[in-house]
Amino acid sequence: MSQAKVPVWVNVGLIPLLNILLAFFVSGLVFLAIGQNPLEAAGYLVYGAFGYDAGIGYTLYYATNLIFTGLAVSIAFKAGLFNIGGEGQAYIGGLGVGLLCLWLDSSMPLIIIAPLAIIGGAVFGAAWAYIPAYLQARRGSHIVITTIMFNFIASSLMVYLMVNWLKEKGMMSPISRTFQESAWLPYLHDVFSPLGLDIGNSPLNLAFILALLGCVVYWGLVWHTRWGYQLRTVGTNPTAARYAGIDNAKVTIWVMLISGAFAGLVGVNEIMGVNHNLLLNFTAGYGFAGIAVALMGRNHPIGIILAAILFGALYQGGAELAFEIPSITPEIVVVIQGLVILFSGALENMFKGKIEGYFLRRAAA
Amino acid sequence: MSNQTPPYAIELEGISKRFGAVQANKDICLQVPKGSIHGIIGENGAGKSTLMSIIYGFYEADSGTISIDGEQVDIRNSQDAIKVGIGMVHQHFMLVENFTVLENIVLGAEGGAVLKHGLSAAREELKRLETEYRLDVDVDAVVEDLPVGLQQRVEILKALYRGAKILILDEPTGVLTPQEADHLFRILKSLKEQGVTVLLITHKLREILASTDNVSVMRQGEMVAHRETATTNKDELAELMVGKKVRLKVTKDTAQPTGTVLSAKDLSFFDSQGVERLKKVSFELKAGEILGIAGVSGNGQSELLNVLSGIAPLSSGEIQYAGQTITASAPKNAAQMRDLKMAHVPEDRHKMGLVTGFDAYEAAVLGYQNSEVYNGKVLMNRKAMLSECEQRMTDWDVRPPDPFLKTANFSGGNQQKIVIAREVEQNPEVLLIGQPTRGVDIGAIENIHEQIVKLRDAGKAILLVSVELDEIMALSDRIIVMFDGAVVGEVPADQADERTLGLMMANAWNEEKGAAEA
Repeated sequence: MSQAKVPVWVNVGLIPLLNILLAFFVSGLVFLAIGQNPLEAAGYLVYGAFGYDAGIGYTLYYATNLIFTGLAVSIAFKAGLFNIGGEGQAYIGGLGVGLLCLWLDSSMPLIIIAPLAIIGGAVFGAAWAYIPAYLQARRGSHIVITTIMFNFIASSLMVYLMVNWLKEKGMMSPISRTFQESAWLPYLHDVFSPLGLDIGNSPLNLAFILALLGCVVYWGLVWHTRWGYQLRTVGTNPTAARYAGIDNAKVTIWVMLISGAFAGLVGVNEIMGVNHNLLLNFTAGYGFAGIAVALMGRNHPIGIILAAILFGALYQGGAELAFEIPSITPEIVVVIQGLVILFSGALENMFKGKIEGYFLRRAAA
Repeated sequence: MSNQTPPYAIELEGISKRFGAVQANKDICLQVPKGSIHGIIGENGAGKSTLMSIIYGFYEADSGTISIDGEQVDIRNSQDAIKVGIGMVHQHFMLVENFTVLENIVLGAEGGAVLKHGLSAAREELKRLETEYRLDVDVDAVVEDLPVGLQQRVEILKALYRGAKILILDEPTGVLTPQEADHLFRILKSLKEQGVTVLLITHKLREILASTDNVSVMRQGEMVAHRETATTNKDELAELMVGKKVRLKVTKDTAQPTGTVLSAKDLSFFDSQGVERLKKVSFELKAGEILGIAGVSGNGQSELLNVLSGIAPLSSGEIQYAGQTITASAPKNAAQMRDLKMAHVPEDRHKMGLVTGFDAYEAAVLGYQNSEVYNGKVLMNRKAMLSECEQRMTDWDVRPPDPFLKTANFSGGNQQKIVIAREVEQNPEVLLIGQPTRGVDIGAIENIHEQIVKLRDAGKAILLVSVELDEIMALSDRIIVMFDGAVVGEVPADQADERTLGLMMANAWNEEKGAAEA
């Protein structure tokens, strides 16, 4: 007997949309409470994020980081693992990118540095994820705990390295020297301007294309390789995986390596694409926001791109909003982001049962 | 309206229920006289469970009415059902394992914030119920320490404690030994004498004939016949259930076993809690024979399948197979055993044999996902997987033959065909097969049994684990009985009968034999 089914668009479209609208509604109440017109604020926010070329550029630049961390969280989740360590893996990934750029920028052209730096970011991120993965697979330490701890370790390690080793001589702040231009990933506006396209100056760079490629790789890997087959089996039915002779521990380690590699690529966007030097705290919470992006994107690359753009828009539009209405501090913008995460992540199932029930009854009738 | 007949305990009129394209119940009418045992029989997917779920308030019917004791009632959830005096004993018990019997029974009906008052009141009430219905249970025993037969009695008491006058039992004997089942039917009889109405859902004809007053047959969502049990027989009911003549016997020639392909010596297995689940199990499996392992579920059969197939490591003992010696220090995992041409149809297809979230064509390669047949250099060869899956679906009559349908959306029988086809089509030397027809309807059972015999006749060795005695006796050439992790006896199939096997399964055979000799 086959069961009545909920239409696909309900799960991937309607429910996330309702959750976001509710988050915006509650945000509106917050604005009312501090004496601001929510509609006016919403206007600034949307204009800031999508209203002009550079605004869109910023939105997509933020989205780039979120796609990487979203993919990282998501692929681990496909194997039933909750990787909270995207932040630390991105941080160490950035270190890898930065070290390669500092080492090679005066001797190599971009065409050689870029792929090496990408590999470097991925390898460093993966290496940072390997330790918690090993501890989970072979020693049974819970990966949620270890990855959280590794965020702190990464953070301290970076401070140590920046202050004692990588800081430019004679500088007060812990920043490395700026790379030579041969180690700068081109901005998209520079790529497009020879073609006669003006997309406005923004930090959006080729890493965005890399992020989209990452989505394609994710898709192929997860749904079209035997490795992805094993990974999905482990994630949905570990007993069946054992029955099928799949080594759960090996899959755990591999998937965490790939997860860490995705997170590490944040470094390509931030270090090589925008900052052009090594610095502290460039990850700015993208690793954690990636959890919300993966949840909201339903662990599918298309969903992850859309969710990343939504969060990117909140970052960019929120900054614009805080600029236009001085009484709205950046903290209020964080409140909006928090509400979106709360309603679309943590409270994801609040309406789910009722809405699905409604459609099931309708399908049954 | 005349008042000549007293009102029925349950009267259903025109109950219909549709799930999407599937008409699960179609215009069902049913009248159950007060104080009778009424059997409802039908294949899996015939709509029995849906009907019971409607009566118990899990689903709402699309149309039709339910009357209890002549009064039309509106049952929207199980609370409503309990209120009108309906109690249900589910196939899988709904008990808190580490609570005592008493605590389980008052669960949800504690009667106040302070547990003590409720418990002592409940104790009195239970004493009355136990004497009235002759249901002996130690109310202070912890549920997980009780055998399944007693756990089931706790479920019945729970329903009665909530004031049930109508008791629905869903496949109640699936987990019981024949002796325990007989005991259950005695309990049902005494419930009936006290005026309780019993609705018994089952697909076992024997039980219907042995215990009910009336029987209704369901087929494809419709109620196709009502009979007085005394006026019908096994063959008629079976025919009504499937709509065509069926053989309840498997036709097969005598086995022509040749050499030993697998020999197990003193296999022991301790689980993660350190409990010895297998106790020095030894046997030999020959090519061209079906070796049946009988036993009440949970007596080591699952663990035996797991250690043989490489899913669980041996604790001690050795397996000789395909020129290899497998021991605790030289283990082989499931993938390696598969490479040695050992196929395994696990007992629980949902938990182990399938990934229900996968499309059918993906589930159809589980365990063989690394085979070069299904893989290109980097990507999996989806085309090969699909065409093979389509071919098998035609050969094995899997319905619907749609390789893209989610595995979860096939009926139990069709899921099982997907699993068995996957394992048998690899042309294994040894097939381990657990509960091949659990939750499978009669039409498909016949087909599956034929395939197993065919594989045997092709000279392969088959180890069959089943809790269905009928199935073990019909298929096996040799029968081993397991109890508490150990082999307690071996019987050639032609000398096996239900009584002997039943007693061996309860480990009472030797005692009885001893008593007879003394």
